[in-house]
Order: sequence, then structure tokens, then C-alpha cells
Amino acid sequence: MTDLTRLSAADLAGRLATGEVSSVEATQAHLDRIAAVEPAVHAFLHVNGEDALATARDVDARRAAGEDLHVLAGVPIAVKDIVVTRGMPTTAGSRILEGWVPPYDATITTRLREAGLPILGKTNMDEFAMGSSTEHSAYGNTHNPWDLDRIPGGSGGGSAAAVAAYEAPLAIGTDTGGSIRQPGAVTGTVGVKPTYGGVSRYGLIALASSLDQAGPVTRTVLDSALLHELIGGHDPRDSTSIPEPLPALVDAARRGATGDLSGVRVGVVTELGGEGYQAGVRARFEESLELLRGAGAEIVEVSCPHFTYALGAYYLILPSEASSNLAKFDGMRFGLRVEPTEGPVTAERVMGATRGAGFGDEVKRRIILGTYALSAGYYDAYYGSAQKVRTLIQRDFAAAFERADVLVSPTAPTTAFRLGEKLDDPLAMYLNDVATIPANLAGVPGMSVPNGLSDDGLPVGLQILAPAKADDRLYRVGAALESLLENTWGAPLLSRAPELEVVT
Amino acid sequence: MSTISRDEVARVAGLARIDLTPAELDRLAGELDHIVDAVARVSEVATPDVPATSHPLPMTNVFREDVPEPTLDVDEILAGAPAAEQGRFLVPQILEED
Amino acid sequence: MSTVSTTAVELVDYDEAIDRFDPVIGIEVHVELGTRTKMFDPAPQTFGAEPNTAVSPVSLGLPGALPVVNGTAVEYAIRIGLALNCQIAERCRFARKNYFYPDVPKNFQTSQYDEPIAFEGYLDVELEDGTVFRVEIERAHMEEDAGKNTHVGGSTGRIHGAEYSLVDYNRAGIPLVEIVTKPITGAGARAPEVARAYVQALRDIFRTLGVSEARMERGNVRADVNLSLRPTPESPLGTRTETKNVNSFRSVERAVRYEVSRQAAILAAGGTVVQETRHWHEDTGVTTPGRVKSDAEDYRYFPEPDLVPVAPSREWVEKIRASLPELPGARRRRLTDEWGYAEPEMRDVLNAGALDLIEATVAAGASPAAARKWWMGELARTAKQREVELAELPVTPAQVGELQALVDSGRINDKLARQVLDGVLAGEGSPEEVLVARGLGVVSDDGALLAAIDEVLAAQPDVADRIRGGRVQAVGAIVGGVMKATRGQADAGRVRELILSRLGVEG
Ligand SMILES: [Mg+2]
Ligand SMILES: [Zn+2]
Repeated sequence: MTDLTRLSAADLAGRLATGEVSSVEATQAHLDRIAAVEPAVHAFLHVNGEDALATARDVDARRAAGEDLHVLAGVPIAVKDIVVTRGMPTTAGSRILEGWVPPYDATITTRLREAGLPILGKTNMDEFAMGSSTEHSAYGNTHNPWDLDRIPGGSGGGSAAAVAAYEAPLAIGTDTGGSIRQPGAVTGTVGVKPTYGGVSRYGLIALASSLDQAGPVTRTVLDSALLHELIGGHDPRDSTSIPEPLPALVDAARRGATGDLSGVRVGVVTELGGEGYQAGVRARFEESLELLRGAGAEIVEVSCPHFTYALGAYYLILPSEASSNLAKFDGMRFGLRVEPTEGPVTAERVMGATRGAGFGDEVKRRIILGTYALSAGYYDAYYGSAQKVRTLIQRDFAAAFERADVLVSPTAPTTAFRLGEKLDDPLAMYLNDVATIPANLAGVPGMSVPNGLSDDGLPVGLQILAPAKADDRLYRVGAALESLLENTWGAPLLSRAPELEVVT
Repeated sequence: MSTISRDEVARVAGLARIDLTPAELDRLAGELDHIVDAVARVSEVATPDVPATSHPLPMTNVFREDVPEPTLDVDEILAGAPAAEQGRFLVPQILEED
Repeated sequence: MSTVSTTAVELVDYDEAIDRFDPVIGIEVHVELGTRTKMFDPAPQTFGAEPNTAVSPVSLGLPGALPVVNGTAVEYAIRIGLALNCQIAERCRFARKNYFYPDVPKNFQTSQYDEPIAFEGYLDVELEDGTVFRVEIERAHMEEDAGKNTHVGGSTGRIHGAEYSLVDYNRAGIPLVEIVTKPITGAGARAPEVARAYVQALRDIFRTLGVSEARMERGNVRADVNLSLRPTPESPLGTRTETKNVNSFRSVERAVRYEVSRQAAILAAGGTVVQETRHWHEDTGVTTPGRVKSDAEDYRYFPEPDLVPVAPSREWVEKIRASLPELPGARRRRLTDEWGYAEPEMRDVLNAGALDLIEATVAAGASPAAARKWWMGELARTAKQREVELAELPVTPAQVGELQALVDSGRINDKLARQVLDGVLAGEGSPEEVLVARGLGVVSDDGALLAAIDEVLAAQPDVADRIRGGRVQAVGAIVGGVMKATRGQADAGRVRELILSRLGVEG
């Protein structure tokens, strides 16, 4: 019998539609897989078995009754713990929200529920999505299925690891500076950050409001397109939501899968490569370019000179917005409350004690940095300047997209590093996102597609960037590259990952 | 050149309402100094002629109709509170008023 | 326990203070808009609902919640801006004002900082003696209200000494417009009156515009009063204090007076005024300092990234301008003109709260002079006696109009009309009903009048002779006699005419 956990979401959906497989069977298979590999991987903070099976039963009944269902109905999904889910704990990886059960659903959650996707559980992440390794979770490390001693990337390491370890065919991630794409690259999975405003932020615990985007985490480009079409589109509850229909993403992925890229101009960004990028990463990138060229794409080199300032701008804008977004975690209305160990118990002192005890090191570091950058006398030099750099980066993108339909680069400079390796060097950690950050600053969409293994045998990703609202281009080029690579490999990259030891 | 002193970190932590231990203050002073030096490079290109972008996609006038929607269940929200009494959120004594 | 407010504070007599110093005031008024839902949040606005039943994820500041601007609130803010002769921004933004406080659910207030929706306006405020004082408006901006704390466990229910507080977020997120004046100079001794009249004028405008019920006692309108003193009007501005949440017209006046006296005492003794916020104590009529917070002013404002800019089109603004109702000041000027009242007469009318009543009475057919005569005369006296407002008297403008119509038609004279009015006020019915029931119609039968005239002339032959001899003014005595004989139920003018014709004299 087929192992249902090895199927792509599209395949599984097809079998559900024909009645060959029930959603209860598929959901149970994934819950079993979770039980088997979680001790090793720890991708989940909360497993939602009963509720997921209830949804699965409901979908099976509705299908049996001949109801018209969403194409992904009955396909189980994992959701990053930054997305609020009514009746299901939501912690954003932070001690300060331990045990909090939201009284409402994020728009994404509502869409998943309405489409009948059983929610398997909530995935681990760096606390409040601050990090590139998931080591800043208050609830322990997630391990990279390719090598359990290594990081799964971050902040969405849990979602990427869950998908890579076949614990879920689909997952939701969020990407503020690369938190979908970089984990995708280091776990050999596909991750998409949609155009800013393309997916509702309502009910996503905000990190940096002007940078955050939720998106799909999957094993195939087509699966991402299917999920993206489900969660994307206008939401009146998010003022920054684009009030236009999404481009046809699934169609673009199917078209791309034919492997023909005639007439597509692919721009290689000079500043996103070279020094600081691991040799194996560079080698796989060059090989992928050759494949694209072979498929008819025209490869051009473009320069985005201000990208070198992107990291600086990002680490001013993000902490500034985060310092304000995270002010609500004060022990007054929800979550943790800690009283000071000595002295009077006043609201002000309880807030300080709660935040001191409830936030981890990285969160404190960024809140203090952001508070400092916004405080009197520094605003213009820091936040103000960073917003100007944003303009310059947008101009760079605009110029580049004059010459190219999509831009490409390695997703991350290196493969997965060892757990603990960069934990004490915040700046070194921040460099992981050097290639992914410009897209968030400009609001343009980006995708990471697995494009091989580096010299260390660990997966590498290729990043594709498109102009705002042209997310369909990512899918066309991404699906083409995926099929070209799989043709040369003879199987998906993930099939080369070591089998995890399972608990029985 | 040190831009952020330990005292400055303490002041900012106060603004951010985060109690820090002396050890945390020491460590953060060093780290933040390092980080701020790195990110402050943005001012090299942020010249007066460059406009600021606070929003990736330019949009204006996103308004909602003035029509009420269902509210949250009071028992559910108070159940999630650290303390509650008489249908209200119970908070420690407030010593100051803005 | 309220140690701060009972501490003896040196005060200088107000008149003496004004002799020595020139006061400068500045007023910030917050008005809660009467929209159906909150500013950024589709939760309903309710007054008096059970605590925390009018909240959504947004007004509770729950993780993940996002604001969306209430378009009606923006329209109301533009209305207010236009009514205050402001310019309306072509483009403006919301900003976050960051500060930690338990009734501020997000620990920032979404407000407007350097880009208010309305700016550079003025309001002409009429003082009691009719002087018009122009108050320059700096800006009017949109923001949101906070929740409400109830302090529990302290002996006074006040914030100090409370053991804990209970927070209700129903009010959190209600739309506010904050109107900030430029420094108001030149008011001199009348600064307290100007402050009161300004807040009162704003209240009237909010109601006329229909943007708020503007009920002071509910806190719909709240004022922060800034005051500083300087030696002379030529001196630079002195250090100011900001007295928060002064919530009645009378308190605005008293708070300014109190701060003038208090600051004058400090300055006269060679001291310096501390720039601080102060609390107003309604009960004792004093202000006391708020707790000094060194970092209170570092609000770390930055543009609200969850909202996009507001760019009201000029078409929209002009459409709103065209739809504005006539504002209280303009209406007053128009009616003064139309009715031909002297300025002091109009002022008395306004002070008596009689404007609407007179307007309705005129609409019911009475002349403006007659309407004023009734409302400012007989009815004003009655209201004073009964210690009620004019509008609370059990008589309608339509009835006063009907009463005057009876007079104008000659069916009753002024004296009878007062009796009819007494009947109306006593609940006996409409003027016509009272007239019939009490049998108060004037004697309009000439025959009956002539009989009475002949009787009086016969009783006073000497007077009759004098009239015949050309002393027409002597007719008054005969008229008086006839009125007496008819117990006042005669038209004195007609009586006079009949007497003269009887005696063959030209009137
Ligand atoms: Mg104020
Ligand atoms: Zn205000």
C-alpha cells in the first residue's frame, strides 16, 4: 500500500477526490508519522489530532454526500504557531504566550477550515519569528531531518521540518526577512513568500507589520500554488491587503512544469552571490542557471547596488516595528503574568517583570534595539534612514525588472549549520537572510526551490524573485526548474534525505 | 567607538518595560553597540533627496463601512486573562496616570 | 485618602494675579464621535453595556488583530475640521504613540502625529457681553479612546492607594477627534471665560454637525487646559501646566482661574513654575500635580504600518462642505439680522436658551418681536419662578404662536392674553380652549361698548367737555373707565376710537 505521507498534496487531493483514499486515512497516516518522528525532529509545539480527525470525518461525509469541495479538502496541513487558531494553543514560540488559547481565528485559519483542511497542529518557530534557526524557540530546538544535529532554518523551522520529514504535505509559514524561504532552502523544501498584501495578515502575530507575509511551505511547486490560491486574495480585515484577485498561480505552475522557458528573461543579481556564499551553494546555482538557459531562458546579469544596505535597513525597521507590536505582551489581558520578586506589585512593575521573564534573549535584544532606534533624537538617523534605503532598494528592483522578468540568487549563503554554532553571534546569524531580505523590504514575492546538495550533502535552495503582484512568474519558473532538476536526478531531492529513525 | 552605554541600555529597557538583570545589561550593551555600528551604515545613502517608503505597496483610503460585527465572548476572553473579576480584567494597582 | 489635594497651596487673589501677569491658555478638546462602530474596529459603540461585551480582537489588542479605518469617522473628522475653518489635508497618516498603560490595550495609541487630517483653522467665540473672540486652531486629528479603569480597594476609589484595578475595554477604540488650539493670547482677565466659551461653542458645533451627542456628563467631550503666565503681553511665553480631563464648562473656567492664582503665587514669590500635567479636582476646585515621569514624553511616534494613508479627494471634501448644516455662530448672526434684534437683545435670548423656542414661535406665525416678548418676558419670569429651563415649561412654541395670533386678530388684548397663557401653563389646554373655557374674549360689540362709554361720559362730564375742547389726551381717563367697566375685556384702541367719534373729535 502507498505510504500516504509520501504523496504530494496534489496527488493526495487527487486520490481523495476519486475516493481511493479517505481524509481520515490520510490524516491518521500523518498523525502516525508525527508520533513516530517527533521525538527526533520536534517540528510541532502542539498536535491537534482529535480536531484534525473530526475535520477529516466531516470532509469525508460531505464528499460522500456529493458536496462540491475545495480541491485541497481533506488534505492535512501544519500551521506555524504564529497564526492564531481559536481553541488551539498559540504561543509564537514564546514563554509569554504559554497556554494562550486565542478566542478568534486568523483569516488564514478561517480559509483552511472553510476549505476543509484538517489542521494537524502548530509548528515550532523562533520566538515571535525572530531568528534564522528556530533555536530561539522557548520550547526547544527543531532538528533538520537531513541531519538532526543541524538547524532547520528559521524562523519557520518547524513548518519546513514537518514538511521535509513527511509529517505534513502542506504547511503555513510566515516570512518577514526569509523565514519561509531560508528554512525551505536548508530542508530541501519549497517555500513561497507572496507579494506583500497578497495573503491576509489578520490573525498573524505581528513581528514587523510592513514586512510580514504568510505563505505556503510544501514539497512541490504545484502544491505551493494550490495552497497559495487558497490562502491568498483580498481580505477586508487587513488594510494592506491587495484589493485585486490573485494571478493564476496553479496554471502558471502547470505551464512551468512543461520545462519550457522560451522568452523568459532571468536576471542574476550581482550583489546576491560571490563572497560569503559557500562553494557548493555557488556551484549548484551555476548549474541551475545552465538548466534554465537550456530551457530557453535568457540569462542576464543585473546590479542592485543598494542591496548591500538591505540588512542594515532591515535590522532597523524590523526591531522598530517589533518593539511596538510586541508592547501588548504585558501580562495584563492574556498570557503570562509575573510579579516582581521584591518591592510593590504595581501594574508598571508587573509589566517589566513579565516581559523580563517572558521574552527570550533575541526578543529582548531586538525590542531594545527597536526602542532605541525610535526614541527621541535617533528616529531620523535610524528608522528614517532605513525607510529611505527601502526606497533605494525598490528603485533597484524596478530597474532590474526592466531588464529581467524574474531575478534569481542562492536563497541562503550556506547550508544548514550546526545547532548552537551561531547562537552567540547575533550578527553572524543575521547574515543568513542577506539574500532574502531585499524582497521583504520592497514587498516583492519570492520563492525558494531545492536545487541540489552542497559538498556537505545538505540541501541548497535557489531563490526566484518577481515584481509585486506577479507571483505567477515565480510558479512558472520555479516549476520549470523543479522539473528540469528532477529529470536530471530522476527523483525529488527529498528522496535522498536519510530515513529518520522512527519510534514504534 | 561606543554608541550605546550600559546606562543607555538601561534607559531604553525602562522605556520598553523590560526588567533586565545586571548580566543582561552588560551583555546587551556590548551586542547592541556592535549591531548599531553595523546597521548605522544606512545613513551613508539615506540622503535628503531620497523619500522615505514606509509601505511596500502604495495604497490610500482603505476604509471600512460603519457597520457593527459580532463581538468576542466575554467569558472566553476573560478565561484567557491572568486575572479577572466582575467581568473585567484585573490588573495590579496603577501608580501613575498619563 | 487624598493627601495631595488637601495640601495647602499658596494662591494669589485672581484680580491681583491678572494685574501682575498676562495669562496664555491653550486648550485640547477630545470629542468622542457618535459612529456606530469604533475607530479601527467593527465592534459596536455602546454606552452602559456590560463590561467587555463590546470588544473585538482589535479593541482588546489581541495578538494578530489588525486595524481598519472607519470611513464614517473620517467623514466626521472632516466635518469638524471644516466647521472650524481648517484646511483639510490632501494626504495624512496615522501614527503610533507608544506608552505602556493598562487601559491602552496595544500599549500604543493609534493617533495622528505630524500629519493631522485638519489644520490651521479658527473659531469665533462669542462671550457673554457679545464680544467676539477669535480662537486660532492649530490642528484637529483622529485617534482612539482608551478603556476604563475602576480602582478597587483604596479608601477613596481614586487611583492612589488602590490595591488593584478592573479594566473594561468597551470604550477602547471609540473614535476621538482631538482639537488643539494655538496659544490663546490677549484674553487677559477674561481668559477663564474665553476658555469656557470656547469649549461650549465646540460642544454646540459637535451637536449641530451631528458628529457626537457631545454629552459632557458622559465624558463625550473632555478638555485639557494649558496655562502659562508672563509678566506682560510682550514677554516670551512662560512655562505652562496642562490640567487634564476638565469635564464641565464651569470646571474649565474654574481650572483656569485656579491655575492663574496658583502660578501667580509661585512667580510672585520668585519661584518657577514646573512644566507638568496636573489633575483637576472637581470637588475641591483645585489642581494637583501628576506623578513626574522622566521618560513620559518619549512616545516613539512612527507611522502606523498596519494602516495606509488617508487622502481625502477634493471632491469628497467639497461634498462634505456643501452638506454642512448652518453652524451656531452663522445662525445667530443671520437671525439677529432677520429678526431685527439689537445685539444685546439677541445676547439675552441666547443666554436664556430661547433661540430655538423663538425661532419655532416665529415659524408658527408670530412676529420676531412678539415671540421675543413672550419668551423673554412672561415665560422667562415663570421659568425663573418655577426654577426650570424655558424649554421645560409646559407650553410649546406653537401655542405661543397661537396665543399671539389671538392678540393680532383682536380677539384678546395683552392683558387677557396673559390670563390665557396662565391657563395654558396650568394645563387647561390650547390658548383657544382656555379662552373659551374661561370666557375671556374681548367685547367687540360696538353697541355694548357705546353703552359703557355713554355711562362713563355721563359720570365725568367735565372730562368730556375738555375733550370736546381739543384736549384729546384726556381721553385716557375715559378709556380707563370703560376698561374697568368691561373688566378689561375690551380692545382699548377700539374704545378710544368710539369715544372720540362719540364726542365728534378728530383722533
Ligand atoms: Mg493632550
Ligand atoms: Zn489625544
